[in-house]
Amino acid sequence: MTAVLADYRGYDTMFETVVIFAAGLACILLLRTYIQRTRGREYRHIPTGIIIHIQDPNKAPKGLREFELIDNIWVPHDLIIKTVCRILIPFIQIFSLYVVMHGDFSPGGGFQGGVIFGASLILLAISFDLRTALQLVSEKTLGMLCALGVVIYSGIGCLCIMLSGNFLDYGTLSQILPVDPNHIRALGMLGVEIGVGITVMAVMVVLYINIASEGRHHQGL
Amino acid sequence: MPDLLNEIVHKYNYWLYIILMMIGLYAMISKNNLIKKLVGMNIFQTAIILFFISIGYKEDATIPIIVSGHGGDAAHQAIQAANYINPLPHVLMLTAIVVSVATLGVALALVVMIYQRYQTLEEDEIRMRVKQL
Repeated sequence: MTAVLADYRGYDTMFETVVIFAAGLACILLLRTYIQRTRGREYRHIPTGIIIHIQDPNKAPKGLREFELIDNIWVPHDLIIKTVCRILIPFIQIFSLYVVMHGDFSPGGGFQGGVIFGASLILLAISFDLRTALQLVSEKTLGMLCALGVVIYSGIGCLCIMLSGNFLDYGTLSQILPVDPNHIRALGMLGVEIGVGITVMAVMVVLYINIASEGRHHQGL
Repeated sequence: MPDLLNEIVHKYNYWLYIILMMIGLYAMISKNNLIKKLVGMNIFQTAIILFFISIGYKEDATIPIIVSGHGGDAAHQAIQAANYINPLPHVLMLTAIVVSVATLGVALALVVMIYQRYQTLEEDEIRMRVKQL
C-alpha cells in the first residue's frame, strides 16, 4: 500500500500532504481570534474551595495544580471518563506509531497513523479540556509540526536530486546511508511517511481545536 | 436487449453508487441548512470512494499482500496478478478520504464564521440579512 503511495505515486502524495497543510492553514486564518480579555477570570483553589477573581491576565496562576480556571460553561469532571482515557491514550499513540512504522510491509502508512495520533490528542481534549491538550502541545508547536511534515517530504525529494537522481528517487540515498541497496527504497518511503504522518496529525488537531472553540482556544466542547 | 438488461443487473453496485451520489447532490442543491449541505457533500464523496474501491475488486482475489511473502520463498513462486485485488484505487481513495476530511474542516470553519456573523445557518435567512445590511 505504502509502496504505491510513496513511490509509484510519490508526487501525488506529496501534493496531497500540501493540500492538508493548506487546509490547516486556512482554518487558522479563518477562525483564529486574538482578542485580549479585559474583565479578568475566576479561579478556584481546589483544596479550600475559595474562588478568587484575577483582573490582570499576567498574574494568573499558571502551572499551579491547586488552582482551576472557571469557564462560562463549566462541566464537572467525570472520574470514569478521565481514568479510562488516561489509560487508553498511550496505547492509541503506540498503535498509531506502529501503523506508521509498519506501513511499508502491511496495510498502514502515514495518513492512517497520523489520523490515529491526532485522534488520541482530540480524545484528550474532549475527555479533559482543551487547555490540558494545549498545554501538552502548544499552538506554536502544532503550527511548526504542520510545516515540518511537508518539509521532511520535499526535503527527502530534494536530497535525491542533490545525489544526482530524480526527485523522490529513493535509490540514490544509498550513497549516503550505509544500508543494503535493496532496503533503501523502503527506508526512503518510511521517512516520507513519517513526514506525512506528522502533518496529518498536526492538521487534525488544529482543525479540531479551532472549530470546537471558534478560534478562541479557551474552552472546547 | 436482454444483453443490455443483463449488463445493468450485473453491475448493480455501480447503480447503487449513482443513486447515493444523486442523494448527495440533491442534498447539496436543495437543502436550506448549511450543515445539511455539508452532509450531502460527504455523501457524494463517499459514493465516489465506494465506486473507486469496487473498481479494484476482483472475484476470488485476496488482499494485495503476497501470500507467504513473509515466509521468504515468495521469490520462487510465480505471482498471478489475478489472485490479488488491485491496490491502486484503494490508495487513491485513501488520500481522497484524508483530503475530504481537510475540505470538511475548512467548510466547517467557514460555517462557524457565517454563524458568528449572521447568527443563523439557514440559507434564506442569511440571504435576507445580507439584503438588510
